[in-house]
Amino acid sequence: MSDARSDIFARIREALKVKAPKPHLKADANPGKTSAVAKPWLPDGGETADASLTILSEQLAKLKAVLIRVPDHAAAVKAVAELSAAKNWKKVAYHGHELLRPVAAGLACETWEADASFDKQRLEGCDAGITTCESIVAQLGAILVSSATSGGRALSILPHVHVVVAEASQVVPDLGSALALAKARHGDRMPSMLSFITGPSRTGDIERILVLGAHGPKELYLILVG
Amino acid sequence: MSDSKAIFLKDATVNAADGDQRAFIRKALGGYYVNRDLQKARYRDWERARDAASLAKWSAVNDLANVLEKFVANFERNGGVVHWARDGAEARAIILKIAEDANAKAIVKSKCMTSEEIHLNDALEKAGYGVVESDLGEFIQQLRGEAPYHFVFPCMHVKREAISELFAKHLGTAPTDSPEELTMIARRHLRQLYVDADIGITGANFLVAETGQISITENEGNARLTAALPRIHIALSGIEKVVNHLDDLSVLLPMLATAGAGQPMTCYNTLYSGPRKKGECDGPEEFHLVLLDNARTRLLADPEQRDALHCIRCGACLNVCPIFKNIGGLAYGTTYQGPIGSVITPHLRGLKQWNHLSGASSLCGACTDACPVRIDLHHHLLHNRRNAAKESPTLFDQLFHHGFNFVIKRPWLFATGGRIFRATLPLLQKLPLPYMGAWMKTRDLPKAPARSFRDEWKQQNV
Ligand code: SF4
Repeated sequence: MSDARSDIFARIREALKVKAPKPHLKADANPGKTSAVAKPWLPDGGETADASLTILSEQLAKLKAVLIRVPDHAAAVKAVAELSAAKNWKKVAYHGHELLRPVAAGLACETWEADASFDKQRLEGCDAGITTCESIVAQLGAILVSSATSGGRALSILPHVHVVVAEASQVVPDLGSALALAKARHGDRMPSMLSFITGPSRTGDIERILVLGAHGPKELYLILVG
Repeated sequence: MSDSKAIFLKDATVNAADGDQRAFIRKALGGYYVNRDLQKARYRDWERARDAASLAKWSAVNDLANVLEKFVANFERNGGVVHWARDGAEARAIILKIAEDANAKAIVKSKCMTSEEIHLNDALEKAGYGVVESDLGEFIQQLRGEAPYHFVFPCMHVKREAISELFAKHLGTAPTDSPEELTMIARRHLRQLYVDADIGITGANFLVAETGQISITENEGNARLTAALPRIHIALSGIEKVVNHLDDLSVLLPMLATAGAGQPMTCYNTLYSGPRKKGECDGPEEFHLVLLDNARTRLLADPEQRDALHCIRCGACLNVCPIFKNIGGLAYGTTYQGPIGSVITPHLRGLKQWNHLSGASSLCGACTDACPVRIDLHHHLLHNRRNAAKESPTLFDQLFHHGFNFVIKRPWLFATGGRIFRATLPLLQKLPLPYMGAWMKTRDLPKAPARSFRDEWKQQNV
């Protein structure tokens, strides 16, 4: 008996002997002048940095994520400390990154650099997780985190609140740019997980009524420096 | 009549008469229509986006062998293990073997329609594993012991009171009528299960050939947790889920969310390429991918309907389908409900048993309009009807077509037949006519005109 793999490939090759026609495309095949923007038919991500930032803040607001813009790193430290005090966080886990160590140092509560030893139970008991990110997609309000550069897989999903600290220069206009950037940065050594986070975790499973905080974080804060 | 058809007819009749339930479903979808239109309006050209999406899927599916080969090579280079399954039984055996080798006890699952297709939970439970569905809707359906009602919104037909009762019974929680509180009950209950599980099972929405990554789309974060905490991650996917390029996702991910759920993008869209890597602080030690055929190659072999394999399972065609809204998702008796289910189920599970679904359509074309990858859904329903008639024509079909053929070629016979028909029409109303039962049950035959169209025409044109 031949193995499943070769059987399936044989079936596929046999099936594809008959060609299927190309799909009927509705749009004009020749769109006229080419645009500077890639895929100018998708939602707008802004052609300038300022335009992108405006779109980003609109998108995040609609997603019920909170954007806090601060002028410099010292202000970022202060913003997170205020948040922590206001929300009465007791335990906070963070990714050991040069941008985040001062932030953690500025917190009055117990903090834990979660990358060193990974303890699921301990992480589950944390009020908040603080990470960096790879990039931020203005077009959709999505934040790209990775297992390699943002503190692993669980830190951005298990604690009840997720705080992202990022530089304004990390904002890219659209999803295509974020994917291209990840490819350029990691080549064929992609992190084992890359995740676009578009607002706090949510569900509509009960009567299609929106509820935030289904399994992942109920609150999402983006502290944008610069 | 096939069993599945008998069940379908019965369920459809009962459900279509349940005005309350129909109103409930319409109301539940009301918010979706508003949000979908708002999100679609943000596209600078939705039709061009559909072009790009359908081309991306077309080029992968029509070069499936090469694209799959490339995907698998890259996936394995990233440290994942690929398993091949010709059918559901093979896929189940592979997953059971992985669980056995790992000495696993508890398994947590995130939503995976492919696992419904192969009845994976049953097999795992019979083998003694504790299996918990972690998607809220799937969790509720698992407790109810019922199949998903809609493959994107599994429990959209269940009222909050029923969910409250269900949780009270199984989890011992106090009754509540707040969707928020109900969600939090499930959240609290499931959290510890992720931490304790040995194996996490997920589906896959896209397999990216260029990079060997699998892409998983979700809103709740349960798939993220399922792929983060347990020691072993198993993903189960149909072979048709491949795309060529990472960049294809820049079109497909937003469109999937907009078409299916009225969102700019779902909450979490995650790309996995292998188990935990060196230098990473967490993630599973093993990453297995089970690639399933299960008659997909049969659909592939039909060039006319091959595009049904382009489906990205967004659910848009269900949300707009008048049949789905009236008879509900359970009546279909299939893993995939609605128009796409009616198209592919006869291919996956046999035309003879499932052809009746080709009739579960008003042919209004709303599904085809809604489909982000432009699958020609309502025409495929017609194709299935034609194929079924060709494959095993019923005696009635044969008599009718031969009879019609005979009469239409003889004008005198046609005229005479018409006269007899007009005269006897009031009588026909009272007779139990074969094949007309379903139609006549709720309708009266129209009154026959005194004269035929041909007579009228002749007179007016003298
Ligand atoms: S057939 Fe089209 S509309 Fe229906 S679920 Fe698939 S992709 Fe969505």
